[in-house]
Amino acid sequence: MAEIGVQRPDIEAGEDITTRTLNINFGPQHPATHGTLRVKMELLGENVVNVDPEIGFLHTGFEKLGEYHTFNQFVCTTDRMNYMSPLCNNFGFVHAVEELLDIELTPRCQHVRVILCELTRIADHVICCGLQAMDLGAFTVLLWSFIEREKLYDLFEMVTGARLTTSYARVGGMLQDVPPEFVPRCRKFIREFPLALKEIEKMLNRNRIFLDRTIGIAQVNGEDAASYGLSGPCLRAAGVAYDVRRARPYWVYDELDFDVITRDEGDVLARFKVRMDEMRESVKIISQALDRLPSGPVNIDDWKIVLPEKAAVYTQMESLITHFKLVMKGHGLKTPKRGKIYSCTESPNGELGWYIETDGTAVGYRVRCRPPSYLNYSAMPQMVKGGYLADVVACLSSLNVIAGELDR
Amino acid sequence: MFLAAFAIEGHPLNYLFNAIVVIVAFAVIMQVIPFMIWLERKMAAWIQLRDGPTKVGLPKWKILGPLSGWGMFGLLQPLADMFKLILKEDFVPRRASKVLFTLAPALVFVPIAFAFAVIPFGDGFNFVYDDAGNSFTVRYQIVDFGVGVLFALAALSLAVHGLSLGGWASNNKFGMFGAVRASAQLISYEAAMFMVVLAMVMLYGTLDLREMTLRQTDVGIGLLSIFKWGMFQQPVAFVIFCICAFAESNRLPFDFPEAEAELIGGYHTEYGSMKFAMFFLGEYYGMVIQACLVVTLFMGGWTLPGLDPTPGTFLASLAGPLVFCAKVSIFLWIYIQVRWTLPRFRFDQLMNLGWKKLIPIALANVVITALILNLTNR
Repeated sequence: MAEIGVQRPDIEAGEDITTRTLNINFGPQHPATHGTLRVKMELLGENVVNVDPEIGFLHTGFEKLGEYHTFNQFVCTTDRMNYMSPLCNNFGFVHAVEELLDIELTPRCQHVRVILCELTRIADHVICCGLQAMDLGAFTVLLWSFIEREKLYDLFEMVTGARLTTSYARVGGMLQDVPPEFVPRCRKFIREFPLALKEIEKMLNRNRIFLDRTIGIAQVNGEDAASYGLSGPCLRAAGVAYDVRRARPYWVYDELDFDVITRDEGDVLARFKVRMDEMRESVKIISQALDRLPSGPVNIDDWKIVLPEKAAVYTQMESLITHFKLVMKGHGLKTPKRGKIYSCTESPNGELGWYIETDGTAVGYRVRCRPPSYLNYSAMPQMVKGGYLADVVACLSSLNVIAGELDR
Repeated sequence: MFLAAFAIEGHPLNYLFNAIVVIVAFAVIMQVIPFMIWLERKMAAWIQLRDGPTKVGLPKWKILGPLSGWGMFGLLQPLADMFKLILKEDFVPRRASKVLFTLAPALVFVPIAFAFAVIPFGDGFNFVYDDAGNSFTVRYQIVDFGVGVLFALAALSLAVHGLSLGGWASNNKFGMFGAVRASAQLISYEAAMFMVVLAMVMLYGTLDLREMTLRQTDVGIGLLSIFKWGMFQQPVAFVIFCICAFAESNRLPFDFPEAEAELIGGYHTEYGSMKFAMFFLGEYYGMVIQACLVVTLFMGGWTLPGLDPTPGTFLASLAGPLVFCAKVSIFLWIYIQVRWTLPRFRFDQLMNLGWKKLIPIALANVVITALILNLTNR
């Protein structure tokens, strides 16, 4: 009774039987798309003949908002762009602004940012690995990974006051310093977390069904991956050792000891394993950063960029004036007249780039984003063509496509 | 029910007792399903380090005293679920085939209920109705005819018509995919299943499920008679039958007709309200019946080493159904445990497993069984 698709003469059929392909609408509301994606698929039985992804269902105009909001206001928008890793987006954006203004952050701020970014990476990867298992039918792994993310969200809540919409970054520093109990709790988390990882791996790594569903599925070689602009775990799983933290070090990443995880297979399993190993590297980074965490202020000592202390605003004339100048419309940060910057950080999904043009005011003239999901998703049709319907699901979750990042 | 009535001769009380057996058996099995749903939710929760349902229990009435508002470990959750489903809008999609759409859930449920009729869940007892010592036997089996195992398998195979028709009639591509998958899966796995049953039939020399059970006991050798169970005599057949039982009842790792991540809901994508509930109950009912079959064919049915398999008196005969229920629960527990542990196959891998692995092994098993039986002159 279902409608049948276009007749395709290139498909073999019996003498009397006309074989037609079936067009199927995968999404925008589909349990496996984890967001509002639409994939138009042409199927021949269970085989995927053609895939046509369509984006734009979540168009939010984030980039345009960047042309109306001051940089510090826009931070709130960035954590909505990738709801899996808000802190990385926050810091990634202000990092671009800081590079534009040539700001040297305090050592404590850099360390805290590294710690929080790596915690966010863990939160993103652990859920992504859980979702990958869930899309293959192993629902339990997802809920185990949610337990770990809950612990992380508790940490974020303690630091930022919010669990998801953190909006913690400010140009030149952060909203506030981390509370004193953050360090011990963070240490406790990284002590316990590898055990949870081991448990997840026990469930999946030698599971024949899981391996059959992931080995050789949605494969992409290093060359293709690079030419499609893939980045992050998806690129490293294809054998290209490109990591912004190493290739273009920022903050204190070049002083820390960690490995760039790569695998050669480029399939769903490789992406899963790269993510699992990257979480271990993140744990390594966090423990080093916690050991080195210097004391001191988190904000730079420049009242033309960061807001002065509240107490000073109430008691000193100059502080009051700078506070007023920073928050009033039409005043605020001074930016270069024709400033242009492209700056990128390694977000959990890959290279998160920001291109900002300024015209001297505190509001960007152009704020463009290079979201990793968008470019990762562009390789999807090539990856799944010729595979099975179920492989599309496995591929989508292994790319970790975040709809909010896709349509900005 | 009327089949059972036809088989009865003699004393009118016999009719009454048989009617009671039928009613009790169906009542018990229908009560097992909500409990099973509760158990599944609870066990899934424990596996996933959650609590599961804890709230739906007694109401907050003062008359209940200290028990007011007691959650009862969420035991009433299935009841609440059912009420929710009953109160939902009974929706039929536009351009769906209305008759088939409505009929399909029933077509899942009814054949499975038929299959239960031949399962022996205990031996029965002799009822002496007069002083002269005249007696009749009441069997703990709704209907006992010579080809019980064939009837059960045939009835279970009919259930797929409900899935296929439901998916096809709902005028939805995902539904249609589910329907096609359901029939393809059933054909592939039924073949292997029938072949292992063939080996068991050869071993026991009967098609009667009650006889099969009794062949798995030997009072003479005491506790060692556990090795007379089908699962020890035919371990390969046991494993294949279990795998096929999973595939037949559409449970993970074989839940292709449903495949939430790929096909949304597969055949029941468009279903809601009580129609969905019928599919849902049918799935659980199917699981219980499959478990009953496994227990009867491979785990010695109601017998237990050390217990008299045919006690005769009423009180002693009650042990049979209890043992049977315990064995079925063990198998249902495995069902749940597997569902919340394993991922799903891909459809072509499922076909490969069925046609390229299970059927050849099952066939080899039949041949080897035949050879051994022939050589040992049994």
